[in-house]
Amino acid sequence: MAYPVTSPAEPKSSAGLPSGGLGRYLWSAFVAQREVTPIIITVALFIFFSVDSSNFLTSLSLNAAAGFAAPVGAIAVGEVLVLVLGEIDLSAGQVFLTTPWVMYWLWQLGLPVGWAILASLFVAAGVGMINGMITVLLNVPSFVATLATNFILFGIVLIESNDTEATPIPGSLPPQTSSVVPHVGFFGQVIGVWLWSEILWVVAIALVIHYVLKRTRFGVRVIATGGNLLGAAEAGVPVRRVKIWCFVLCSFLSGAVGIVDAVKYGSMDPGNAGVNYILYAVGACVIGGTALTGGRGTVIGAFIGAILIGVLEAGLTIIGVSTNDFYVYIGLIMVVAMTLNGWLDRLAAHTRTS
Amino acid sequence: MINDAPAPAGPPEGLPGNSEVVLEVKGVTKSFGPLTVLRGIDLNLHSGEVLGLVGDNGAGKSTLVKILSGLFPPDDGQVSIKGREVRLHSVQDASSHGIETVYQDLALIPQLPVFSNLFLNHEITYAGPMRLLNKRKMRELAKRYLDDINVYIPNVDTEAGQLSGGQRQAIAVARATRADASILLLDEPLAAMGARESRLIIDLVRGLAKSRMVSMIIIDHNFAHLFELCDRVNVMQGGRITINQRTQDTSLEELTELMVSSYRSQLQQALDS
Repeated sequence: MAYPVTSPAEPKSSAGLPSGGLGRYLWSAFVAQREVTPIIITVALFIFFSVDSSNFLTSLSLNAAAGFAAPVGAIAVGEVLVLVLGEIDLSAGQVFLTTPWVMYWLWQLGLPVGWAILASLFVAAGVGMINGMITVLLNVPSFVATLATNFILFGIVLIESNDTEATPIPGSLPPQTSSVVPHVGFFGQVIGVWLWSEILWVVAIALVIHYVLKRTRFGVRVIATGGNLLGAAEAGVPVRRVKIWCFVLCSFLSGAVGIVDAVKYGSMDPGNAGVNYILYAVGACVIGGTALTGGRGTVIGAFIGAILIGVLEAGLTIIGVSTNDFYVYIGLIMVVAMTLNGWLDRLAAHTRTS
Repeated sequence: MINDAPAPAGPPEGLPGNSEVVLEVKGVTKSFGPLTVLRGIDLNLHSGEVLGLVGDNGAGKSTLVKILSGLFPPDDGQVSIKGREVRLHSVQDASSHGIETVYQDLALIPQLPVFSNLFLNHEITYAGPMRLLNKRKMRELAKRYLDDINVYIPNVDTEAGQLSGGQRQAIAVARATRADASILLLDEPLAAMGARESRLIIDLVRGLAKSRMVSMIIIDHNFAHLFELCDRVNVMQGGRITINQRTQDTSLEELTELMVSSYRSQLQQALDS
């Protein structure tokens, strides 16, 4: 007495391990990974720049690449969560820039450094909370809601700073030049003074968020909410709360690395606008294989996408190409990456069904 | 007049487990503003019974099912489960009373694997604040459970989006019964399904009803489907249950005739008033 819902002859059902040996299995596992495209392109660029200029594989230029990749990567990692929901957060770049200002103002008001950092992180998370609330409770599309927050934050920084540059917490956390000075202390090194601390923060955050998305109940809820909002709600997933939490996480992570970035460079320019960062971050997500339609996303892919952008920027500078050309290349690479992604998707589907 | 005689059916004799009434609905009404959708519904459901609910658009079928699944409360009347009156304030409420709803085949998350879909919102996790997923255990239990109810899915790691419509529907039904549901509400389970896939779902539903004593209410527009699936059919017209017939006592033709004459009398009433 069996009621097989699929007869063995049904062609659509042979997902999983394809028959045909280890080579075939490895190949199908390879093309099924969404991170394949950015890895291929990054490695290709790396080889190209290393061959073209012997200066590329030096600590200095690698650090330049990392310095460019870190902010983009930090924002992109949080952004993936929001993109998987089928939403977008355009304010994350501005949160990245605004949070150190909040820390600076609080410090000026007399708060100890540690408390100023903690409080500003709360503010960053609060911005995410507001983004989420506007999107979920007022039914404003997140594109519009976060664009609005982006402008408001930018305006606040311009007003409050009187349009003058500042050094985050001068005296207590000296700018980068003092990173060799021993008295900066371990805490200062950890939160940005040490040359490699920012990119290591981003790596750590990427690994944690990757794990959260793939291995935790929250991750399943995020994918379910983005993949089928109604279906997830009917199954009892608290979709509104899940959405708000994703916005909070995205903002919080951007703000946290924003502080590290400001400490690293030792200066903050109020005229620096977050839109410069957020578009690279969304670009990194897309290059990495995250769909803007929701339900699918890879944190590792977004991080590699950010590395790709960093390598491209630093590499072009090293081989002496004008930075203006950078924008043309980044555009071309996005088109190539998207095309390759689609092609690999079809290939993966074909490998599965044949 | 048929219209005014929604006599609640007695236990359908000759069915296994016919004695126990698991769900009883009495005089349930519901209005949305000036629009009265349900005008006093009486209905009962026996253990292991499959009850079909048929009627035109706007007859109130979906409203009744939504009340039973806890999506909104009735204006008046009562719902009893196993003899105890209950108030269903939410889907979780209904679920805790053993009522689960299957919404067409749209309920699954296409990007999640089969086992994740089966355990959606009831994930097995390790202890700790992170709620880490115990994927191994979920896979294992999913396989065993699907085997148990004779649903054949080659690999529980397959994403739901790559399954056929019938397989997805089967997973949706399996998910609803996995949580020890005793009453299953199915909204057009055979919609947009080919003949062979329909057959498989019909077998699954009949199998669950008989082997696990799951009681079901099935909404469908298609009479032929209902005759295959159900022990008993209730026809809803204008917010009332107008016909209550056991499928083995009637035929497709007879039921159609009954419905048509019921419509005529309703129409006549409307013209007279």
